[in-house]
Amino acid sequence: MKSFTYERADTVAAATAAFARAKDARFIAGGTNLLDLMKLEIETPAHLIDVSRLALDRIDATPEGGLRIGAMVRNTDLASDTRVRRDYGLLSRALVAGASGQLRNKATTAGNLLQRTRCPYFYDTNQPCNKRKPGTGCAAIGGFHRLHAVIGASDACIATHPSDMAVAMRALDASVETVDAAGKARVIPIADFYRAPGTTPHLETVLAPGELITAVTLPKPVGGTHIYHKVRDRASYAFALISVGVVVQKDGTGRVALGGVGYKPWRVSAADAELPRGAKAVTAALLDGAKPGHENAYKLPLVERTLAGVLAQAKG
Amino acid sequence: MKFDTPATTNPIDRLKVVGKPTNRIDGPLKTTGTAPYAYERHDVAANQAYGYVVGSAIAKGRIASINLDDAKAAPGVVAIVTAADAGTLGKGNFNTAKLLGGPEIEHYHQAIALVVADSFEQARAAASLVRVEYVRAKGAYDLAAAMDTATKPKASFGVEADTSVGDFASAFASAPVTIDARYATPDHTHAMMEPHASIAAWQDDKLTLWTSNQMIAWSVGDMAKTLGIPKENIRLDSPYIGGGFGGKLFIRADALLAALGAKAAKRPVKVALPRPFVTNNTTHRPATIQRVRIGATADGKITAIGHESWSGDLPGGGPETAVAQTRLLYAGANRMTAMRLAVLDLPEGNAMRAPGEAPGLMALEIAVDEMAEKLGMDPIAFRVLNDTQVDPEKPSRPFSQRRLNECMQTGADKFGWARRNAKPGSARDGRWLVGMGVAAAFRNNLNGPSAARVRLDRSGIVTVETDMTDIGTGTYTIIAQTAAEMMGLPLDRIVVKLGDSAFPVSAGSGGQWGANSSTAGVYAACVKLREMVTEKLGFDAATAIFADGKVSVGRRSAALEKAADDSELVAEDKMEYGDLAEKYQQSTFGAHFAEVGVDAMTGEIRVRRMLAVCAAGRILNPKAARSQVIGAMTMGAGSALMEELAVDKRFGFFVNHDLAGYEVPVHADIPHQDVIFLDETDPTTSPMKAKGVGELGICGVAAAIANAVYNATGVRVRNYPITLDKLLDKLPDIA
Ligand SMILES: Cc1cc2nc3c(=O)[nH]c(=O)nc-3n(C[C@H](O)[C@H](O)[C@H](O)COP(=O)(O)OP(=O)(O)OC[C@H]3O[C@@H](n4cnc5c(N)ncnc54)[C@H](O)[C@@H]3O)c2cc1C
Ligand code: SF4
Repeated sequence: MKSFTYERADTVAAATAAFARAKDARFIAGGTNLLDLMKLEIETPAHLIDVSRLALDRIDATPEGGLRIGAMVRNTDLASDTRVRRDYGLLSRALVAGASGQLRNKATTAGNLLQRTRCPYFYDTNQPCNKRKPGTGCAAIGGFHRLHAVIGASDACIATHPSDMAVAMRALDASVETVDAAGKARVIPIADFYRAPGTTPHLETVLAPGELITAVTLPKPVGGTHIYHKVRDRASYAFALISVGVVVQKDGTGRVALGGVGYKPWRVSAADAELPRGAKAVTAALLDGAKPGHENAYKLPLVERTLAGVLAQAKG
Repeated sequence: MKFDTPATTNPIDRLKVVGKPTNRIDGPLKTTGTAPYAYERHDVAANQAYGYVVGSAIAKGRIASINLDDAKAAPGVVAIVTAADAGTLGKGNFNTAKLLGGPEIEHYHQAIALVVADSFEQARAAASLVRVEYVRAKGAYDLAAAMDTATKPKASFGVEADTSVGDFASAFASAPVTIDARYATPDHTHAMMEPHASIAAWQDDKLTLWTSNQMIAWSVGDMAKTLGIPKENIRLDSPYIGGGFGGKLFIRADALLAALGAKAAKRPVKVALPRPFVTNNTTHRPATIQRVRIGATADGKITAIGHESWSGDLPGGGPETAVAQTRLLYAGANRMTAMRLAVLDLPEGNAMRAPGEAPGLMALEIAVDEMAEKLGMDPIAFRVLNDTQVDPEKPSRPFSQRRLNECMQTGADKFGWARRNAKPGSARDGRWLVGMGVAAAFRNNLNGPSAARVRLDRSGIVTVETDMTDIGTGTYTIIAQTAAEMMGLPLDRIVVKLGDSAFPVSAGSGGQWGANSSTAGVYAACVKLREMVTEKLGFDAATAIFADGKVSVGRRSAALEKAADDSELVAEDKMEYGDLAEKYQQSTFGAHFAEVGVDAMTGEIRVRRMLAVCAAGRILNPKAARSQVIGAMTMGAGSALMEELAVDKRFGFFVNHDLAGYEVPVHADIPHQDVIFLDETDPTTSPMKAKGVGELGICGVAAAIANAVYNATGVRVRNYPITLDKLLDKLPDIA
């Protein structure tokens, strides 16, 4: 770990101003991802701005009938909120499928969205990795890639986004609220939040440097049956091989998002439209253009089969 | 004391303390965090500095240059050690690759430098400033590709590479029912909780190492050999060990580099290996490719059994002895086994819990299941039919005890084996396909010479000192039980001190030889102490009874501590062994049962319940033994379903080198587990009449689960671990 300086921000304005002042700064929230990466010198900020105690820890009803989730709401608190459990069951289930109780107590809503990939080569600074060190190559391509992306990847990077929460947020059409250093606020639909790797896999979101996430909002509840099925090699405390999040209505329509297949939670509107026709049709639309390698090709049939199980379960 | 004739009745047989389910005497220390592990021994030496290991970034080749300027200039740095300035170093008998590499690099993450600084963070930060230029050389990293280059290894630990009895080839060719199948087991890492860690301090030319080590005397010897100093100048102390599983049988880079770092820094230095180094810097269980051939008569008698295994290791290393159990487990007149060893430039392969048998049974016991199915026999009936009470390669040698059939039958009753549907894929519980599997457990019993010292003080406390280690297995407790039984004292009058090389040399912990061997050593010392006590008290040694804190002969009796009134009594002895282990084949046996559910949609496999029935001699502490077995069953479930070091065959290293990437079972994976011990004693093993059990527990587990997955799904996976991607395309069509 490189030496760094640290300050704690009391207000959103102070946090963004501090970022503008400092060189090579990073916000830190729960620290459950950033600290690990700093210890391994995958991230080497010179200055940390602790945003974990900003007054962004509330979940409020919005005038539109949805919820505004403060960026610092802990994963545990979000998952156990009665409104979330009642109206956004998919989100609650996705959250508790992730990490462990201790980690969820620390992890924040913003931090969860911004957690970085679990590609093992990204974690080993001896290995080439375009995401960690642009231009060095991608060790996963042609290497161990059983866990990697099957769609949306590039020749520069085949990493997945590991978040469970983000899959639910995507299916629920969440939006990300931010403030930049100049104090300018904007709202980014989650569909537009993550950047495709292309030739710049180190750039993962559309956030500008120093742009602080203040909240994630959910539109008003859509009803339906909410199911999150996370498939993994062991029963708990593991990242998803793939995951399937659905909201299915009585008439068979609904929405579906996938985790573990790409650089972002994967949702395709044409696939949503196929839901009444069943898993095969939905998967074909969702994973149209998929380019798996030989170790992760199983993810395609796995998505279809998992989705079939989930849809059967939704029917009851 | 020499043990060369089978044991008769002795004080242990009273079983007042031995054989009783007993809580660990070190339990409260561990549960309250007050048992100090190596890295936490802040009080043993003042002014400790921190060492951080730099590992090679390449798997094979040479260091072209190493630039320490930036690292040396970094804040807090006290010293840097590299092979270039460490002086001449030898290599320990138990090490294959050098613990400090350079300029030659033998494997990935081989240590090439130690940076010592005032704080851990400073050392780690400076370590990343060590700039190394490498010249890569071509290495071999793919076992399957290297199979053809494999050669016959020399015998290691008395295990020959090849054996052959009768005429396997023609018996197999003419057998009416045969199978010939190939299996693969991956590389495994020990993944113990406590990584390797050491603190070293020099006083003049004397070195003290507070470390985490299973085999104190081996390690003193290897440390002396590596440093080129006399053994007498080295003290090793390892009272608490957070798991080893064979990964801490030897000195590793932490110990050597702490010693070199302390010398260079002129102050005590502590070093812990970061988690990825446990995988790529230390040893691991090597992958195997195995071929099993079985031929039988139509009514299920085995006439030919053959087992071959290929594994790889660094030059000078040894094979994974995966065929070992096949030499002993089943009858059959015509037999062959063979091991072949390829040179691989992956990190060093070596012992991990039940080396040989653990991966060997992963293959053999699937093959037996396949054979039973071909024969149309129940797999238990097939095993029972082919039981042997003698060493099938040397029929003049009987097993000292062999109750495998009883293990099988007891387990079948208890587990409800009769409810198993022999037709695979036919039991369903909602979306789950349900199946049951069974496998034999087999692991040899080994005994080793083991010494101990016992002291009786005037307050009636007996203190046991031996360099035996407790690697989390419960050794403290069984040693205390043994001394308590021998001296007629309650457990709370016994103090046990372990793991210090200043104490008499024990058998150490490994190969499941620790429990029986170390307690036998304590037995021998206690016999001596009893003689001293009776002599002091003027009692007849032959008829004296030690019980309830007293020594009595007839109506005469005296408090035990009386004997130590004027001065402490100290007795030391060593248990040594004659040839009973050659006359009798001493092995431990068991049967593992597993029920699994396989999600018909996703292929996710979940173990539902497990049962082990073990016949392993006298069980000294049923509570600790049960813990050993359920821990081993858990590890077995890991090797069945998830544990695999992913090899990067281009760069030559294990990619998933942390506990996020190398998955071991978590609580949610472990269902109801039951353990039954058959009530037995084996008088040929030692006066304790005990055997090992800590490794038996893992032997066969993975195959039982594999067979259950087959029974559930009809899909036979011969390539561990059985992950869902290997089942998916053969599961029932989705409607
Ligand atoms: C062992 C382990 C297992 C895990 N398993 C899972 C799992 O199964 N599923 C899963 O989904 N996740 C899993 N996680 C990941 C976990 O969910 C994330 O680490 C966590 O959500 C990150 O939140 P945090 O608040 O700790 O983020 P931090 O580590 O504090 O920050 C992460 C990133 O977000 C940035 N950041 C934080 N807050 C803001 C803000 N307000 N505005 C802008 N940038 C910000 C930081 O600068 C940093 O780059 C696991 C983590 C661990 C360590
Ligand atoms: S997949 Fe992406 S993160 Fe992984 S090695 Fe390649 S570039 Fe790096």
